[in-house]
Amino acid sequence: MSESNTPNPNYEPGAHPDWPPPVKTTGVIGWVRLNLLSSPLNIVMTVVALWFLGTVIPSMIEWLLINAVWDAENRVDCWKQMTFPGDPDYLSKELPRGWVQPGGCWAFIENRMSLFVYGFYPEPERWRVKLSFLMLVVAVLSVLWDKMPERKFFLWYAVAFPFLAGWLLIGGFGLSPVETDLFGGILLTLILGVTGITFSLPLGIMLALGRRSKMPVVRILCVLFIEFIRGVPLIALLFVASTMLNYFMPPGTVFDLLVRVLIMVTLFSAAYIAEVVRGGLQGIPNGQHEAADSLGLNYWKANRLIILPQALKISIPGIVNTFIGLYKDTTLVLIIGMLDPLGIGRSSLADAEWAGLAREVYLFIAIFFFISCFSMSRYSIYLEKKLHTGH
Amino acid sequence: MTANTETNISSAPSVDASEVIISIDAMHKWFGDFHVLKNINLKVHRGERIVICGPSGSGKSTLIRCINRLEEHQQGTIEVDGTELTHDLKNIEIIRSEVGMVFQHFNLFPHLTALENLTLAPIWVRNTPKAEAEEAAMKYLERVKIPEQAHKYPGQLSGGQQQRVAIARSLCMNPRIMLFDEPTSALDPEMIKEVLDVMIELAESGMTMLVVTHEMGFATAVAHQVMFMDEGEIIEQNIPHEFFNNPQNDRTKLFLSQILQH
Repeated sequence: MSESNTPNPNYEPGAHPDWPPPVKTTGVIGWVRLNLLSSPLNIVMTVVALWFLGTVIPSMIEWLLINAVWDAENRVDCWKQMTFPGDPDYLSKELPRGWVQPGGCWAFIENRMSLFVYGFYPEPERWRVKLSFLMLVVAVLSVLWDKMPERKFFLWYAVAFPFLAGWLLIGGFGLSPVETDLFGGILLTLILGVTGITFSLPLGIMLALGRRSKMPVVRILCVLFIEFIRGVPLIALLFVASTMLNYFMPPGTVFDLLVRVLIMVTLFSAAYIAEVVRGGLQGIPNGQHEAADSLGLNYWKANRLIILPQALKISIPGIVNTFIGLYKDTTLVLIIGMLDPLGIGRSSLADAEWAGLAREVYLFIAIFFFISCFSMSRYSIYLEKKLHTGH
Repeated sequence: MTANTETNISSAPSVDASEVIISIDAMHKWFGDFHVLKNINLKVHRGERIVICGPSGSGKSTLIRCINRLEEHQQGTIEVDGTELTHDLKNIEIIRSEVGMVFQHFNLFPHLTALENLTLAPIWVRNTPKAEAEEAAMKYLERVKIPEQAHKYPGQLSGGQQQRVAIARSLCMNPRIMLFDEPTSALDPEMIKEVLDVMIELAESGMTMLVVTHEMGFATAVAHQVMFMDEGEIIEQNIPHEFFNNPQNDRTKLFLSQILQH
């Protein structure tokens, strides 16, 4: 307590606003104390978690990376490489009895990579797929990045993107036509996911508004639609798409299977989006409607400017949840014979050269889906924080 | 609040007795089976300021909400500035854009800044160019004395500031009539004055005002007429001095004794 080194001597006796907080409450030590060691139970759980991670992580890294083989001709080549590392004569040796595969054979995935990405899209035309991936990146960027230069133009481009890319892929713009049953792999997943997401959101919003409409006809139609779609498994709808839908159409109309599946996926997801958005709409206090009404805004303007911006903000977690569900559900098209990454994986495993490497295939597909879905989830959290205006 | 305030501007010759701007005739309203408004007859002249008071559930809020069709009446007629309120959406929109309303809970748009709250309706209902709307909005924010809060969100403002933004938001549409639905009831005591000051300034400018409030000091200072409602009926209506000092009806006397006691 020496007042000589205090720059401001006007403090009350005993008060030291110039003192830093106690060491034990801030910094790394403070964080560890607060989050890992705050109570006896917490200490036990921290120890158990550390032990678990310490056991699992090293062997995981060993299998995934250290013992893994990235370049091989076939599965035997792969197995022998990882069993006799550094041995130049490894191919002539025999695998020991009771041998267990010590690492991942990523050479298999590398070997099939183009199949995983493009499906059976004809090789000379694959630049179109690459171009449409690039176009997708630009479209996604313009939707997600609100400070993009010339954003207005790019947003219109993003609206046009699904049509432009679709046209490019099936052979518009004077290019040679490509049948949609050759579409596969990640290309197919992205077509299903992007189309489903972009079209189900506006459709879902309209259904949600319709369900709350004061006009009984509109309301009943929306309720029937939503309840019917929600009451039927997606698989059933996909079977309807693949087998029955053409019977409902006027005779002679040829209706591509992929288009039929896209419609079903979009309708399915729209019904869920509608319920999520309806929940958001119910969270908007009536005063907001009244304020909008009293200023003379009509129904559409009030919804567009006042109600929906707030309702959609509340609904972001639910909407993104539905999108992630939709994105993963695209793998169900495997059952009606379309070759999404899972379908490609299964057919690759049937190859005698590579049979038995199921772990690598499914792990690869899992990682692909995880990266996609985790980014969506993180973006939704970022968006929620950004739109928070302190109320 | 005392009923005998000397700063009385209600005698200001701003009422044009010849011009009726709101005319309510034999109006009834029900909520389901509940008869909430019974045979309401009311004429409001241009520039007139009427304070409506009454116990809660007496239908006073419902009455002013009928004037801009936030509530629908089932019998009788309501005419605002020569336009009758019917199911015609066009008429409703015309009337709403000429009648401003201030709510008990402000009802600002929380996702927009104060300035955006003000410019939204001029831009989207009146098609005012954005720059022009912002200039006008800043003028109104200065009038309610919070231009420095223009770029804050409602969630960052105090209750009194929010209510002043809400008043400015209504004024941006250049309304000919302002409805106030208990504008100070949700405010902390120390913020009531700043809102009442804005309302008094508005009254001095000659605005036609219908105010549901229990601020009797305000009523004495600015109202031409004070109206007492109970159980869906207009019980008594008089100039403030007479209303407070010489109430006729027993229910009015009881109500006044209850709110003026402390």
